[in-house]
Amino acid sequence: MTFLRFALRRLAEMAATLLAASFLIFGAMYLAPGNPASFLLSGRSASPEAFRAINAQYHLNDPFWQQYLRWLGQVLRGDFGRSIEYRTPVSTLLASRLPSTLLLVAMALALVVVIGLALGWTGAVRGGATDSTILVATTFAVGTPSFVAAVLLQGLFSVKLGWFPSSGTGSGPASMLWHLTLPALALAHYLIGMLARVTRSAMLEVMGHEHVTVARSRGVPERAVIRRHVFRNTLGTVLTMGGLIVSTLLICTVLVETAFSVNGVGQLLDLSTTTKDFPVVQAISLIIVAIFMIVNFLVDLLLPLVDPRVTLGTRGGAV
Amino acid sequence: MTIALVRRPGLARIRTRGSWLYLLCLGFLAVVVLLALLAPWLSPHDPNAVDLGNALAGPSAAHPLGVDGSGRDTASRLITGARTSLLGPLGVVLFSTVAGVIVGTAAGWRGGWLDSLLSRTTELVFAFPGLLLAILIVSIYGEGLIAPVIALGMAYLPYVSRLTRSLVLAERERPFVEAYQVQGHSGLQICLRHVLPNIAPVVLAQSTVNFGYALIDLAGLSFLGLGVPALTPDWGRMVFDGESAIQAGYPLCAILPCAAIVLTVVAFNVVGERWADRVARRDR
Repeated sequence: MTFLRFALRRLAEMAATLLAASFLIFGAMYLAPGNPASFLLSGRSASPEAFRAINAQYHLNDPFWQQYLRWLGQVLRGDFGRSIEYRTPVSTLLASRLPSTLLLVAMALALVVVIGLALGWTGAVRGGATDSTILVATTFAVGTPSFVAAVLLQGLFSVKLGWFPSSGTGSGPASMLWHLTLPALALAHYLIGMLARVTRSAMLEVMGHEHVTVARSRGVPERAVIRRHVFRNTLGTVLTMGGLIVSTLLICTVLVETAFSVNGVGQLLDLSTTTKDFPVVQAISLIIVAIFMIVNFLVDLLLPLVDPRVTLGTRGGAV
Repeated sequence: MTIALVRRPGLARIRTRGSWLYLLCLGFLAVVVLLALLAPWLSPHDPNAVDLGNALAGPSAAHPLGVDGSGRDTASRLITGARTSLLGPLGVVLFSTVAGVIVGTAAGWRGGWLDSLLSRTTELVFAFPGLLLAILIVSIYGEGLIAPVIALGMAYLPYVSRLTRSLVLAERERPFVEAYQVQGHSGLQICLRHVLPNIAPVVLAQSTVNFGYALIDLAGLSFLGLGVPALTPDWGRMVFDGESAIQAGYPLCAILPCAAIVLTVVAFNVVGERWADRVARRDR
């Protein structure tokens, strides 16, 4: 199968799954007790005018599938409807909060990739006491929820030592970086532990293969053996975690941004869940799910390039 | 001449190297479960008794672990909070294990259209992180414990069903299945009496690890104020309440629930992985 045909097939599959996900997220509104209009208003204003307005705005008198298709068409054009709490378009609301969340997730992602791979590498290569220490550290990293890490980091580094601000986002690039350092650490530690463990066990497995022994017996320097013959072989495994890493980072921003009062999309998700601002929850859910699927799609396309043993469409070897 | 080497496998397994950590974790979990079960008799004070005059006081004879920002006894809240903090994940694990085993066995045993339909659905559910699904449900049904538990149960179901499916596929190829089929046993009978007992240890090990993750998700939800009702003592909620105490420079009532969460999750992970290792070794 050619690469293009494979890419198109995966794209179609992704579109189908995304369509199903959007149907679930839209239809969820109808799981609510009572009729959709009173659910959307949720005790805000129960005046007949408000009901008429919400009915007109969401076309709630139309058949269900018409409402869904209209909503889907709007979403495809970047229109997620209006927030009920703030009475502004959801897309405007998201756009104003996007920069801090993007920076936070990017910082956390960088930490995860750099520290996670380095720890996994060191553990696998050094062995002994270093490996045991890393293993214990990653066990605790994986067992610590991000909000617990957030509260503990806040207590130690901003209240006790005063090195970092305890809340807020800051203005200007340098100040934002400084404000978001602790949140990024709280967001990243779990995935650092996860990635380190996966990298470590993948590298240890490859080290037992015959081609590594052959390379060593040919007199290839140990550093080159590890880099070219061991580490490169584990990249495919690491890459398959891409979707999981990104979606975990995105959803955990809701905890970390709330703990550090960062005015990002995660905090908005918490606020709108509390105030039952459903159009906002809908939009954020759909975006997180879509990003997960897009990253997985890209990983599937990249995998054969990174690891030629993987034939198109089979995530062979890498679990 | 043959020498019969008789070993008691049960004891030999426990004596293997590195098992002190496993035993420690198992012991810790036993203590936590006991505390949760006996909470009403063990907690020294009413966990919700507010004493604002005594707020943020340190450990004393009356309050061995100090009090929080509203003067509530931390020890009592930890012990009573163990109940909700363990009951929620238990519900998630029970739901996801029972439903996941049914779905996975059906997919693996029957195959065909049922299998492809179920794997498509699995893929769809994988796209929703557990916490997102729980938040979505809470935004519809409002705060509470039951709706998030069901949502998380749905989110964890694919992990169990995928594992079960692959195990059932492997079991189906084994000769004993054909032997029973020749004898006229029905598929359901073979699954219930022979396949399920064979795959149970692996699934249980996975569910034990899932327990820890479900605890993290539910504690996070109550940290956001979206899980258990506000007055119910819960470890995640205690971390939230403790945040302001930390800002005021009294970290004890925040650190203790943090430690309770982390130690419990780590203990569940260690025990679950240990079981998985042991099962893998027996299979080899």
